Amino acid sequence: MMSDQMLAETVEVEGFGGDGIEAYFARPTGSGPYGSVVVIHHMPGYDEATKEITRKFAYHGYQAICVNLYSREAPGAAPDDAAATARARGGVPDERLVGDVKGAAEFLRSQAASNSRVGVIGYCSGGRQAFLSACSLDDIDAAAVCYGAFIVSDPLPEMPSKVRSLIHLTPNAACPILGLFGAEDKFPTPEEVAKLDSELTKYSKEHEFHIFEGAGHGFFAVDRPSYRPEAANEGWQKIWAFFGKHLSN
Amino acid sequence: MCTYLTEHLEIKGSGKGAEGWFKLDQASVYFDHPVHLPLEHSLNIDFLQPSLGPSARVAVELDLGSAKRLADAIISTLAQVSEGLLQG
Repeated sequence: MMSDQMLAETVEVEGFGGDGIEAYFARPTGSGPYGSVVVIHHMPGYDEATKEITRKFAYHGYQAICVNLYSREAPGAAPDDAAATARARGGVPDERLVGDVKGAAEFLRSQAASNSRVGVIGYCSGGRQAFLSACSLDDIDAAAVCYGAFIVSDPLPEMPSKVRSLIHLTPNAACPILGLFGAEDKFPTPEEVAKLDSELTKYSKEHEFHIFEGAGHGFFAVDRPSYRPEAANEGWQKIWAFFGKHLSN
Repeated sequence: MCTYLTEHLEIKGSGKGAEGWFKLDQASVYFDHPVHLPLEHSLNIDFLQPSLGPSARVAVELDLGSAKRLADAIISTLAQVSEGLLQG
């Protein structure tokens, strides 16, 4: 009988600038070899729901890690307090995010049970950051973008955010990209999703996009009113197929 | 979505959190995902004292109607206060 035993715990990884940052690491306890996934949390932070997603990857046979992107601003704080602090300071700079994902990927590859293949997935603001990682790091093997906003367009003028669009980075995308979006989402709109799709096609970047009817932003979030089980279940099937293809041995 | 729609302001006041009362010198007002309120978006206010760390925070999450009524009530209450008291 196949074992479903897993281990999940807090570890420290070396992130941007050599900083030691907190991360939640979940993996099957077998000898592998396993593909790995860096889970990028949403703007509300390194919370219980994101840790649950991280364990879900371990259940499905991946080593998975979620870095606390707010470690520096709020070490040891409750996730909601940490998110509030990070927000008050203007959010996570893109350069730092890339360094933290790079450190997390290196940590995963250094594990004895790793097959050396690492993907990245992000939700909401993390979806944008997954795309950023795919375009900034040359050793990521697959990236899943779940309703990432502000990839194609800058935030609205009334949003005093330092975040800027990433569409100009499309030629740098170094791995296949899976995009999962809701047809009723306003950030990003279906038109923005279509623009990103065509831009990736223009530069001959391997990608597959799926837009789910009846779903808006945050349809994977089981603890929020935006949860849409049908879209989420189908979305997870797309994720397993995509990572199964690109992160397998 | 993560709206990033945030206003920051310096304030002078006190708030009561899990550890009791503390001085406040900053507030963030933003429209984004709530942590606890079962809505997709809400008007959230954090009253903060950053020098005491991230948990020195008094947080509220309000639906839009509540937020507007609160804002109106603050303005209305202040309008009723006599000029002399406003000096203090």
